[in-house]
Amino acid sequence: MSSPEQGRLRAALRSGRFAVTAEIGPPRGADAQAIVGKADLLRDWVDAANITDNQGSHTRLASWAGSILAMRSGVEPVMQLTTRDRNRIALQSDLISAGAVGVPNVLMLSGDHPTFGDHPDAMPVFDLDSVQLIWTARLMRDQGRLLSGKPVRPAPQWLIGAVENPFAPPLRFRAQRMGKKVAAGAEFIQTQFVFDLEIFSRWMGEVTDLGLEKRCGVIAGVGPIRTVRAMEFMQSKVPGIHIPDQVVRRLRGVTSDQVAAEGMALCVETIEALREMTAVAGVHVMAFGQEHVVPELLERAGVPPHTATAPSATAGSNRKDHDAR
Amino acid sequence: MVLRGAAWPRPTRPSWSARSMYRLHRLLRPNPANLVLARLLERHPRLNRWFTEAEKQVKGAAFGCRMCGQCALPATGYACPMTCPKQLRNGPCGGVSATGGCEVYPDTQCVWVTAYERTETEGRVSDLTLLQRPIDHREWGKSSWINYWQGRDEGLWTEDDGLTRTHLVLTDLRAGGPQE
Repeated sequence: MSSPEQGRLRAALRSGRFAVTAEIGPPRGADAQAIVGKADLLRDWVDAANITDNQGSHTRLASWAGSILAMRSGVEPVMQLTTRDRNRIALQSDLISAGAVGVPNVLMLSGDHPTFGDHPDAMPVFDLDSVQLIWTARLMRDQGRLLSGKPVRPAPQWLIGAVENPFAPPLRFRAQRMGKKVAAGAEFIQTQFVFDLEIFSRWMGEVTDLGLEKRCGVIAGVGPIRTVRAMEFMQSKVPGIHIPDQVVRRLRGVTSDQVAAEGMALCVETIEALREMTAVAGVHVMAFGQEHVVPELLERAGVPPHTATAPSATAGSNRKDHDAR
Repeated sequence: MVLRGAAWPRPTRPSWSARSMYRLHRLLRPNPANLVLARLLERHPRLNRWFTEAEKQVKGAAFGCRMCGQCALPATGYACPMTCPKQLRNGPCGGVSATGGCEVYPDTQCVWVTAYERTETEGRVSDLTLLQRPIDHREWGKSSWINYWQGRDEGLWTEDDGLTRTHLVLTDLRAGGPQE
């Protein structure tokens, strides 16, 4: 297993190389191959892949198990952890466990409310919120203590990640909200899907005004829209996704067999635009159920694959060739 | 204890203006008189129950208060974060709709959008950037006024990065918690 200090994502953020992360949604079945298959598609193209935590409040294989399976397949995981399903005892326990098995990155979020998932009758926990969990994680790592004050020895060494949605009201508070997460200890932030570059640029301007991008890598969320139905689903059923009218018009303006190609083109253009923004540290590609298009997407956007196959072997100094800026 | 009945907490818009609340707050600040009152109330369970019930009625009607016992209202423009279905003390979450609607109750405005509007009007948006520490679930149902007047709420939030004053985040802040 790779040593957390040598994580590929950490190395990318430290060196200023354009970072690429993607997403691996775990299966509902006890199916290790589902993770391995997606890891095979992404391995040569991403610095790390998020292993989602019961995404959308739908029960799936746990993110810690998915993270171990991804590491075995040579893909560096970002273990997601929501405050929805666990109290502070279980959250801290999972964070210690992640450290013990060598998970190099963790990412904390509150998570969608259970009403959106397959168990709307479940008890939501929300004992801590996302900022408090980030704060807790840093306390564990940097001070070697639990919330109870008890020592954690040795302290886990993962990189601490968080999320932010620049497109949800109150828009003028979103950069400051990211600032709270940075103050609490976040070292990288992945954003919600960027479909509206205007709002994103404005938010990014506020982020740089606060100097946050120097303390915390901003990784912009992107993803290809495959069908008009998928777009409608994202607009109506997934909380917090903003698709501006011009994008809707563009995808509705082509014949149904051309929507996927247009969605890809749009996503490629978005990645290219994001690479032009010097304060953006990388992209986070979310391609649910279409992981196979990620390599093509990145290649067309001019983000080359890395030649290495094992993250632990090459992380660090010899990866500067990947830097496109 | 936290979530009774069929409904999740629902964002509540305060019935009193933020400005009037900031004014009223000046009167409610800890002082020798209310410190004596708080100590007296804690010594007499029946008086304490009546007082706590009165607080519950007043704050319930005004803010949708659910009696978490560790009041964040002065730092949120008097919009109660415990009426957020996710009980975020450091909101808003990323699920707020384009119109400012709550993720869980789209027809109701997110309580953190309300908090932002109210603090912005009063020039106090910086209140929302304070780090709010995890709450102590043992305090549910207790009077936050009695806690506040006795100085127990002083560590509920911090303006530093949470490490300079690490003790704030630890559960040993309140009586009965594990000591170091």
